[in-house]
This record gives sequence, C-alpha cells and structure tokens, in this order.
Amino acid sequence: MIGLGFVYAVGGAVFLAYAILSATDGGNPKRWGNAAFYALLAASFWLGDLLGDVGNGVLVLGLVVVAGFKLMGRGGRPTTSIEERREEAARRGNRIFLPALIIPAVALAGTLAFKRMPGLFDVRQVTLVGLTFGVLLALAACYAWVRPRAVTPLAEGTRLMDSVGWAAVLPQMLASLGAVFALAGVGGVVGGIASGIIPEGSRMGAVVVYALGMAGFTMIMGNAFAAFPVMFAGVGMPVLVGLWSGDPIKVAAIGMLAGFCGTLMTPMAANFNLVPAALLELKDQNAVIKAQVPTAIPLLLANILLLYFLAFA
Amino acid sequence: MLVLLGIAVVVVGFVLRFNPLLVVAGSALVTGLAAGLDPLSVLASFGKAFNDARYVSVVYIVLPVIGILERHGLQERARTAIAALKGATVGRLLIGYLILRQATAALGLTSIAGPAQTVRPLVAPMAEAAAEKQGAPPGEDRVPALAAATDNVGLFFGEDIFIAIGSILLMVGVLQGFGIEAEPLQLALWAIPTAVCAFAIHASRLCLLDRALAKARARQEGAGE
Repeated sequence: MIGLGFVYAVGGAVFLAYAILSATDGGNPKRWGNAAFYALLAASFWLGDLLGDVGNGVLVLGLVVVAGFKLMGRGGRPTTSIEERREEAARRGNRIFLPALIIPAVALAGTLAFKRMPGLFDVRQVTLVGLTFGVLLALAACYAWVRPRAVTPLAEGTRLMDSVGWAAVLPQMLASLGAVFALAGVGGVVGGIASGIIPEGSRMGAVVVYALGMAGFTMIMGNAFAAFPVMFAGVGMPVLVGLWSGDPIKVAAIGMLAGFCGTLMTPMAANFNLVPAALLELKDQNAVIKAQVPTAIPLLLANILLLYFLAFA
Repeated sequence: MLVLLGIAVVVVGFVLRFNPLLVVAGSALVTGLAAGLDPLSVLASFGKAFNDARYVSVVYIVLPVIGILERHGLQERARTAIAALKGATVGRLLIGYLILRQATAALGLTSIAGPAQTVRPLVAPMAEAAAEKQGAPPGEDRVPALAAATDNVGLFFGEDIFIAIGSILLMVGVLQGFGIEAEPLQLALWAIPTAVCAFAIHASRLCLLDRALAKARARQEGAGE
C-alpha cells in the first residue's frame, strides 16, 4: 500500500541529496555541519521506525548539537544572476509557471482520486502522497523542459534548504516537547492556575481566561494542539460547560480557533512564522509575526465575543 | 508547580535569544527531571514523538522543483505578469489568494500551497511587483511578510472547516474523554463564524494597505508639482 512509507522514502532520498551536496560544497565554510544535519534527517526518514525510541532521542540530540552550537552555514554554490533570470523569464513566458502548478494540481487530483483506491493507497495520507507524486512529476517535467544537469535541481534545492536551516525541525521538536509536558503533567498544573484566576460569578471573565489562556499557552508551545487539551480540561469543561452550561461543541471549536490566533503571534510556531521569513530572505526574522499581530488580536477579540454570544445559547 | 520550570526555560531561552532547538531540548530535560522522570525515559518519549511527527518536514521535498524554476526565472516572470495586469493591486492580489487558500484548506487541501510551494516562488514576488507599481519602495520586508501572513491566515481559518483535519480529530478525541460524543461536522460548522471574521479582518487590512499606498503616492505627486 502506498502511504507514509513511500512519502518518507522520497523525503529521506531528498535529504540525503541535500547532505551530499552540502558535504561537497567548497563555498560553504560550515559544510560539514550542514551535511551532518541533513544526513541525520535522512536517517530519521529512512530508519526512524527501526531506531527505537531512545535511538530517535539520540538522533534528535545530534540535531540539537549541530544547530545549537551554530555549526550550520549557507551554501556557496553559484546560481544564475538576476539579469540572466530576467532574460530567460522573458524568453520562456508564462510557461514557466506550469511545472510549479503541477505540484498543487497533482496533490489535488491525487487527494480526490487516491481516496477511491483504498486497496492501493493509504486513505489517511492521500494529500501527502499526492504532494509527493506532484513533486516527482514536476521534477520530471523540469528535466524534460529546461534540461538541467542531473544534479542542478537538487543543488538549487540545497540552496533554499540552507536558508531554512535548523528552523526546519523546530515544529517536530515542539511536538516532542508537548509529549514530555504531557508525561510530566504540565497541563494539569497550567489548567489549575487558569481556572484559579477566573473572577467568581463572571461568565465573561471565564470566557476571557479560557480564550486568552488558549492563545497564551499556544504561544509558548508553538501549537494549539498542545494547548487545547490543557485549557479545555482546565477551564472549558469545568467552568464554561459545567458551571455556565455552555455547549461543549461550540466551546471546543471556537476555543481551538482562539488558540490559532496565538499561533500567528509566536516565533515558536516556526514552520508558519520563522520558516517563511527565512525562505523569503527577510531582514527581520520576526517580520511575518509583525505582519500577523494586527490580524490576530482583533480576531482573538472576535473569538471571545463569538464564544460569549454563541456558546451559551 | 515545579514542572512549570520547563515553561520558564522556554520563555527565558527565547528572550535571551538562545538557539530554539537548544531551548526546547533544555525545557524537555528540566520538565522531565522536575516531574521525577529519569533522563532516559524523557529521551525516549522525546524521540518517539519526534519520529511520529516526521510528516511535518516532508514539505521540504518541493525545494528542488522551486529552486530549478527560480534559476530559470520563475520569480521574475511572476513579477512581470503582475506588472502587466491592469488594476492589479497588492491588496486585491492578496485578498484573492486569501480566498483561494481559505477555500482549498476548507476542502482539506492544506498541502497544495504554503510558504515553500506558493509564497516564495509566486505570491510574494507578485505582491512586491504590484506594490511597487503602486509606488511602494522596493526591498522592504513589509509586503513579502504580508504575503506569508496571508497564507497563514487563510490556512488556519480555512482548515478547521474541513472535518478530517488534525485539530478536529483532536477535539473529537478530547470530548470523548469527557463522555461527549461529537460529530466532526458539528465542530467544523462552528469554525465558520471565526473563518468569516478572519476573512473580514485580514481583507480589510489589505484594503487599507492599498488605500495607504494610494495616499502616499498622491502626496508624493502633490509635492512634486
């Protein structure tokens, strides 16, 4: 069956290519750090299920050492100049968009089609499988059309990967921190504190503590998934549903979205906030967060009002 | 209470600008020790969760395609295409992208767009070209950052309308723990009011940007006469 195994096989191969191309990049003074980082990720994709839990933990420690001691740099491979690109863009016209559009088109078609083939595809992973097929087809189209040297797309990919660098694994690290927090019972303590500061007899007060707690804990954990079980168990269920007879479905649904407002405002949500800033080569690594705060704060207020007026109807 | 030390480590580590991977690993260790776990079981639970979450890093396989197309002028073409389009403004362009992103995410198509797949190669250069046409100074962070922000807003407040997304399934599971049987569809339904608010708030900010750019240009032209 084609599922995550296939996706991870391709992922491992691409990261191994990034590792090899980093190791052979004489223009990067820290090439061994980059090579080690990408090689560890390739190992994670290919061997993660065989390493065992402690083995994976050691692998993560390796990534932390490489990134934490600043052993990664930017690749130095030459690419085309802006003048060459302008000239080629004018010559190739809008057809240059087609290979890029293959990826979403195939991901979309795959998502819809693979669902009907449960014998062949893992139906829970159809979008990721579709994305992977899209990438492979787009790559094939690029080879056929612009006829680069075999290694050039991967070298260009390494160049972009270097601009993301260690931030690439922060989301995975935070998911893991969430697991440790769960094991240690952090949620119970945070939920207890949150329910303790609710002003007595105030429904609005309870709604505000719940929504702000959801956004605030999401900002610390970088992910609303970690905050939701904590705030729902600590405040949502006992106070909003239990004490004020709120509808648990609405309290849950809108509460989660209050958490998403927190995601927009924190560097811990690296894949949404730091990675784009790195990919776009912005001068300020917090520029994306700064662009989002003016949307996130009014939206958080909107969620508080939605909770207050909808959840107790 | 002692287990909250891990949260303190995260906050202090970020304020002091340590490498976030170090901060997270440190926080996990402190939290585990404070809870009386032995270091090896902290390492094991950390490693297991890391392995289970690999799917979030799969998206970096698109970079070779984007890289080779950029080498051959993808971003430059995106700029030209927008510059040639009459009536294209950065606000209108990004509102269009916001609608597209919210609608596709609501259908469960979260991975077809994103910072690597669409924002860097297409949306950001198009937004910059439009803004420059409106008289914005080139090379600033503001417009590309707003393009990335629009992608996030569209994704976050679209995907929760789709019933098979992770956050909905998480809520179903948590509610089940309290003995409440919730249909994913019910939860998805109550994501719609917030999705509408998110669109209204973000789209009006984009309209205001268009207006601010027009005003700045008018002032400049006025000063030039």
